[in-house]
Amino acid sequence: MDVSQYLEIFIDESREHIQNLSDQIMILENDPENENTISEIFRAAHSLKGMAGTMGYKRMQNLTHDMENVFSEVRNGKMKVNADIVDVLFKCLDALESYLDNIVNTADEGTEDNEDIIKQLNDFINNGTSGDAAPKKEKSSKKAKAEEEKKEEKEAEVKSELKYADFEADAIAKALEEGMNVYQIHVFVDESCLLKAARAFLVFKAIEEVGEIVKSDPTTQDIEDEKFEFDFYVVVLSKEEADAVIAPIKAVSEIKDATYEKITSVDSLTVVGEDGEASDTEAAKPAEEKKEEKAEKETAPATTPAKTEKAQPPAPAKNTAPAKATPSKPVVNRSVRVDIEKLDVLMNLVSELIIAKNGLVSVSRNDETSKSSGFSEQIEYLARVTTNLHESVMKVRMMPIETVTTKFPRMIRDLSKKLDKNLELVMTGEETELDRTVIDEIGDPLMHILRNSADHGIESAEVRKQRGKSDVGHISLNAYQDGNNVVIEVTDDGNGIDVEAVKNKAIEKGTITPEQADVMTDKEVIDLLFRPSFSTAKVISDVSGRGVGLDVVKTKIEALGGDVEVKTALGEGSTFIIRLPLTLAIIQALMVEIGEEKYAIPLGNIQTIEDIVSEDIKYVHSKEVINLRGTIIPIVRLAEVLDIEKNGEEPETYTVVIIKKGDKLAGLVVDQLIGQQEIVIKSLGNYISSSTKVISGATILGDGDVALILDANSLV
Amino acid sequence: MDNNAVDTNSAQYVVVDLGMEHYGIDISYVDNIIRMQKITRVPKAQNYYNGVINLRGEIVPVMSLRKKFELDDDVFTDKSRIIILKPENELIGIIVDSVKEVVVLSDDDKEKVNSDGKTDHNKYISDVGKMETGLVSLLNINAIMTEE
Repeated sequence: MDVSQYLEIFIDESREHIQNLSDQIMILENDPENENTISEIFRAAHSLKGMAGTMGYKRMQNLTHDMENVFSEVRNGKMKVNADIVDVLFKCLDALESYLDNIVNTADEGTEDNEDIIKQLNDFINNGTSGDAAPKKEKSSKKAKAEEEKKEEKEAEVKSELKYADFEADAIAKALEEGMNVYQIHVFVDESCLLKAARAFLVFKAIEEVGEIVKSDPTTQDIEDEKFEFDFYVVVLSKEEADAVIAPIKAVSEIKDATYEKITSVDSLTVVGEDGEASDTEAAKPAEEKKEEKAEKETAPATTPAKTEKAQPPAPAKNTAPAKATPSKPVVNRSVRVDIEKLDVLMNLVSELIIAKNGLVSVSRNDETSKSSGFSEQIEYLARVTTNLHESVMKVRMMPIETVTTKFPRMIRDLSKKLDKNLELVMTGEETELDRTVIDEIGDPLMHILRNSADHGIESAEVRKQRGKSDVGHISLNAYQDGNNVVIEVTDDGNGIDVEAVKNKAIEKGTITPEQADVMTDKEVIDLLFRPSFSTAKVISDVSGRGVGLDVVKTKIEALGGDVEVKTALGEGSTFIIRLPLTLAIIQALMVEIGEEKYAIPLGNIQTIEDIVSEDIKYVHSKEVINLRGTIIPIVRLAEVLDIEKNGEEPETYTVVIIKKGDKLAGLVVDQLIGQQEIVIKSLGNYISSSTKVISGATILGDGDVALILDANSLV
Repeated sequence: MDNNAVDTNSAQYVVVDLGMEHYGIDISYVDNIIRMQKITRVPKAQNYYNGVINLRGEIVPVMSLRKKFELDDDVFTDKSRIIILKPENELIGIIVDSVKEVVVLSDDDKEKVNSDGKTDHNKYISDVGKMETGLVSLLNINAIMTEE
């Protein structure tokens, strides 16, 4: 079955399930008795297993299957959730995620079996339920045994009375002699199933992958004709363990359940034939047989190659099953799920756009006098439609911040274990929406900042006690929209930034001289933290302290057109404030003229526009500054920065655009203001590269000319 | 070249003039040829880039082949053209003095340049083609696109 077309859906949904599992397990950790949570986890694990099975990802399926087993024990009250289980479960989630990552990249789940995790899971089941010491056998058979024991209890009541014809019994006897496993499988089809025969066919197909069907009840023909209720029996010969046979059956959708019984000797079968006793097998004691059976099982894998040709020709070699994962590489596209309502709005706007165009066409046919008034009316209409269209398209691209923040609680949990600190993360405003491209990029920087807060910010429990703080370290992440920006604040109630320590470190590293340090403001010192390879942690930990954190954060956020700022109070904690533009594609800008050239300055960066008399420009440290209502602002002559040739003399008054980045201001000298305009940002491409970072892109003006966009952040 | 058929061993080249020489550009790279238009200077860019133009709503950087080849400065006439190339996914324009014709050159008509890459000029030339009207230097587009 070609499943590649479902790959995207599979990946999306698996991520959802994994996230859901993670959330629920977090809840479970704090409230191990919560039944709703347990059922929810069970359901998520079960769906995940089914999906992985359908897609042919066997390893993923096995792992989820074992997870599911654990939860089923927990749900049945046979086991208690404890910290160990939670840890292993999180390991499972990590393993599942890495499978998923592999699938995203290569459409294949990879080859990691994660046997140790599976083993741990099974140990829980063994120790938690039957209590008997698991025999020291190879993992898989132990697993099978545990499974068997569990299942056998259940099956006692559904024991069937299958009747075997003697040739069937012969085949079974022969298979048993050859060390094959024989299972009598009872398959239950969901009662709401409409196409029972089709489901049964899929079950048969799944079984044929791993073994040979020697018998079914009702007969195959009857099953095909849908002449059965909601269950049927099949008898399967297979070299595989019971799990490997049962799991694919359960993975078929609308199959409610499949139970099995292992047939270990032919005499336990009800054989109907000419003579009652079809086989002459000695009446061995059950215990003895069981032992034999185990021995056979162990030898079976070793002898398989030799046996394959004589045993049963139709049975596919067992290696083929895992190898059949689709080799084609469907590159998974980045996709956004769009609310259908948003699409409808878009559709309507496009229709309006067409009407507006038609309006313009009909106006152009009018006579001269009515033309001009008609045009301006139509253009106003067009402007309205395009603005709305822009807004709606933006909305389609928007995603809630939640998509990246959901994994943080888990991360903080892990950190609190690793760092041995008691941490609590409170998140608010996760519904705040940002452009998809920003969302994709913001995860890592946020993670860095959170790690930073957990590692450097929050003090150890003892220190906190000494300082009279509660022993739980609080970290909060708060997102909200502020005008055309989205602000994300990460606050911790930890130590705060020790400005003196940073200074000393900087001097020690040679980043600054002691003299410089003396005149630096606290803010400037804190900015040092964002320099490459700067870490104040005295001990380099696993978590942070390699000095690659904050400068990466800064670069990344600035690349997105945002900025990051820190507020801190020693001993009380610190706040990282990330400011991001709502969208990257279209912005409001002020168009200015310098010499003959036109440039766009993003409106978001502009504080005010001032006329400055040339005498008011003063020199400080041989740099031009102005004193604007008590604030000293450095002046940047754009004509010089941009190599624009001067024409004419220096004017008496300058037009200065005051731009702002965080708390810092700068005045850009321009020749003329053109006005405010909505501009579409275009990239300059990869070929041409300006050696100054001043140009952030280009835009196309109404007359078809190209104007460059100034990056105000790099000018301050 | 009266034989216009393109067989497997031949390729079409756009022949352009630059100074006194003819240059050939493999037509598979050529997206478009446009007249000279207003070029917006990009401050502090590589010196052989004249700037960017608006090509039907796309920003396309434009390079001066004369500057790249260290010839005299461009003099734009009404024969000047911008050849829009598409080496990979991005468009790029190169300014030439004029566009002459499109020729078909088979492998037999081409000869490798025994360039040791010493002179700047030569590394941008892959082969020399023989036309009825004379010789044409075939440009190595990838070499021109890459930074030195």
